[in-house]
Amino acid sequence: MKKLKRSLFLSVFCLAILPYSLLAQQNEKCLSCHGEVFYQYENEWTGQMDKRPMNPFYHVDSTKMHLSVHKSFACIDCHSPEYETFPHSGELRMEEKYACIDCHGGDDDYAKYNFEGIEAEFQESVHYKANDEKFNCWMCHDPHGYQLALRENGPIKDVVSLSNDMCLSCHANKFQYGLLSDDDPKAIEDIHAWLPNQRNHFNKVRCIDCHTKVQDDILVSHKILPKAEALRSCVDCHSANSVLMESLYAHRVEESRAQSGFFNATILNEGYMIGANRNKTLNVVSIVLFGLMIFGLMIHFILRLILLKKK
Amino acid sequence: MSAKLYLYPLWLRVWHAFNALFFLVLLITGISMQYSSPDLPIVPFELAVASHNIAGIGIVIAYVLFLLAMMFSPNKKHYKIQFKGLIGRLTKQIQYYVFGVFKKQEPPFPTTEAMKFNPLQQVTYVAVLFVLFPILAITGIALFFPELIVNNVFGVGGTLLTALLHASAGFVVSMFLFIHLYFATMGATFTSNFKSIVSGFHEAH
Ligand code: HEC
Ligand code: HEC
Ligand code: HEC
Ligand code: HEC
Ligand code: HEC
Ligand code: HEC
Ligand code: HEC
Ligand code: HEM
Repeated sequence: MKKLKRSLFLSVFCLAILPYSLLAQQNEKCLSCHGEVFYQYENEWTGQMDKRPMNPFYHVDSTKMHLSVHKSFACIDCHSPEYETFPHSGELRMEEKYACIDCHGGDDDYAKYNFEGIEAEFQESVHYKANDEKFNCWMCHDPHGYQLALRENGPIKDVVSLSNDMCLSCHANKFQYGLLSDDDPKAIEDIHAWLPNQRNHFNKVRCIDCHTKVQDDILVSHKILPKAEALRSCVDCHSANSVLMESLYAHRVEESRAQSGFFNATILNEGYMIGANRNKTLNVVSIVLFGLMIFGLMIHFILRLILLKKK
Repeated sequence: MSAKLYLYPLWLRVWHAFNALFFLVLLITGISMQYSSPDLPIVPFELAVASHNIAGIGIVIAYVLFLLAMMFSPNKKHYKIQFKGLIGRLTKQIQYYVFGVFKKQEPPFPTTEAMKFNPLQQVTYVAVLFVLFPILAITGIALFFPELIVNNVFGVGGTLLTALLHASAGFVVSMFLFIHLYFATMGATFTSNFKSIVSGFHEAH
């Protein structure tokens, strides 16, 4: 472990001084096959160039890779340099992959993410409990494309779609799902048929907003709960103290708390949520007006009773 | 017993009954959603959303049919406001409600076949039916199909503006409803106007 960390540190150090062009050059070789739909190699027996389709599951999207948190990496920072030869040696298949914690654990630079806390939470999740080590962080975090979502403070729609794609890449993809389960994944629309305006909901809330509980020391809680514990009650979100303010909108709340006369005003920057976005002034005005009207009608009614009776 | 006038044709009474029913559902579920809270559910949220949608569609259909029927019915004459001298007539009617009734004065604009509404009634009915209802219907339909809404109006969310307009118009119409109900008790007897909107026959003072 220690050796691993030291070599990692070295490789990271090297990375820092590696010019990007060199990196690009390095990856270009791998991407000439893994970034394309077809790959070619020289057949030593026939002396011809053979052209073959690349298995789509071994395809690496270089654009996505450039946007990912590990964009400064060379392929062989994570994969064995022996992959430079083709055909790849059969043994490479058994190559053990790094885990996030191997590089990020115990590192003060990443303390704000609390990787250790995340790992502990993840190990409590339904996925880990059902599959043990077979389910690892990479299952959700595409090694060749993971981008930070929530922390980047982009538009909520983007945050939501980035996060949800991480779940849907498996729950809406029977090939990925099939790696872990003999069943086909159930259609997400059917599972959530009780949720009205589903498309709108899935554009504006994350799967994990319903499938995890808020964790104080972690920005994105990782403990996927059994389905029976998933959030189903509409008013947990659609009310003045919406749970979304502690999850999806948690770190935006402070910015705009005092900003306007609405409950949960942060949501209003990009949407509107029934029940959660009342205007405080209008609330008061409407109650006062309504009260005055009722009062006026009552007086009129009482006068009618008293004065008309007399005559 | 005084003379009876046939003022509310059947189609009008049917519309009015559906309209009143749908509106009450909309009002209760609308308030319930606006003030939804886990501790105090007036109507369960899921049910409120579903009923509000159904009643909303219902009231819009009823409204469109009402407009159509009005086009072919002499009933529309009652909704043509005479602007000349309107302020004077309104003042007169208000004076009657504030002082006159208590002195058992005659109403300044008694209900007749030619003019069933007093000016105040006429103006409020026109405002509610031809200004507030369209606003409610259009904003309601927009909220039902949020992809139709302009995303951003001078930095304020389009959905927010639509929702605010919808709730405010709904609030004003519900104020109307209470006043409407109260003034309906001021017919020949306390309940005679309610009987009229069921039977069609108006009982004069
Ligand atoms: C000439 C084309 C070609 C080049 C260049 C190439 N690969 Fe591959 N790679 C393949 C093909 C084809 C497969 C799938 C069949 C196989 O395993 O041989 C594959 C498989 C892989 C696998 C999956 C192995 C497994 O079964 O789990 C990894 C990882 C991989 N390559 C990494 C790399 C890296 C890293 C580089 C660059 C240093 C690279 N490859 C260069 C063609 C290539
Ligand atoms: C941050 C570390 C990291 C980097 C950088 C990286 N990979 Fe991977 N790669 C992995 C891991 C981890 C897996 C195994 C994924 C899994 O188990 O789901 C993997 C799997 C693969 C596979 C097998 C197919 C798959 O997706 O499971 C291929 C092919 C591959 N990588 C190619 C590449 C190429 C080409 C590059 C450079 C452009 C690259 N990798 C860069 C970590 C990395
Ligand atoms: C091989 C070592 C290694 C592995 C494995 C690894 N990372 Fe990283 N990660 C790094 C390095 C080094 C950086 C900094 C890259 C840079 O600054 O360009 C980084 C950056 C990040 C960042 C951005 C940090 C910031 O503040 O900019 C996140 C988030 C992250 N990694 C998450 C993960 C997750 C999640 C996993 C596992 C699924 C993982 N990493 C696996 C080495 C690794
Ligand atoms: C079931 C899917 C899933 C698994 C498994 C998973 N994650 Fe995540 N992770 C997510 C999602 C979804 C996000 C939210 C994306 C975002 O906002 O950046 C996330 C975000 C993160 C972040 C960024 C949080 C921040 O503070 O910005 C880190 C770090 C992270 N995960 C680490 C891990 C580690 C370490 C593991 C394995 C122990 C792991 N994840 C396993 C789904 C998963
Ligand atoms: C509004 C809250 C909410 C959101 C958002 C949500 N879910 Fe669910 N989900 C639930 C509830 C509640 C259940 C339990 C339903 C039941 O048991 O009938 C559930 C059940 C599930 C199940 C278990 C299905 C089964 O019967 O085995 C899966 C898998 C699932 N959701 C995945 C997702 C994914 C993936 C997303 C994001 C695209 C997501 N959910 C978004 C509330 C939500
Ligand atoms: C790599 C595939 C994969 C990914 C990615 C994945 N899941 Fe799952 N998920 C599964 C499988 C397989 C099951 C069935 C139970 C099992 O064997 O783990 C499952 C089960 C579930 C269940 C049902 C639990 C129960 O009680 O039956 C929920 C809820 C769920 N996943 C939510 C999510 C959410 C939310 C994400 C994204 C943050 C996600 N999953 C990402 C594969 C995946
Ligand atoms: C996890 C939080 C959450 C839960 C639980 C939830 N909603 Fe929502 N709901 C939202 C968000 C966020 C929006 C969209 C706000 C926006 O447009 O920005 C929304 C929008 C809506 C809308 C307006 C739809 C539209 O198209 O604009 C309706 C209606 C609605 N929800 C009904 C429900 C009902 C009924 C339930 C319970 C079955 C429910 N919601 C549960 C978060 C939630
Ligand atoms: C928001 C919902 C309502 C609207 C928009 C509305 C509108 C109207 C209109 C336009 C008329 C006159 C019809 C005509 O003659 O052309 C009328 C009459 C009447 N309505 Fe309503 N109404 C509503 C709800 C109710 C409710 C809930 C009740 C009571 C149950 C009610 C009781 C009456 C009565 C008693 C009359 C006859 C009184 C009169 O002559 O003015 N209304 N209503």
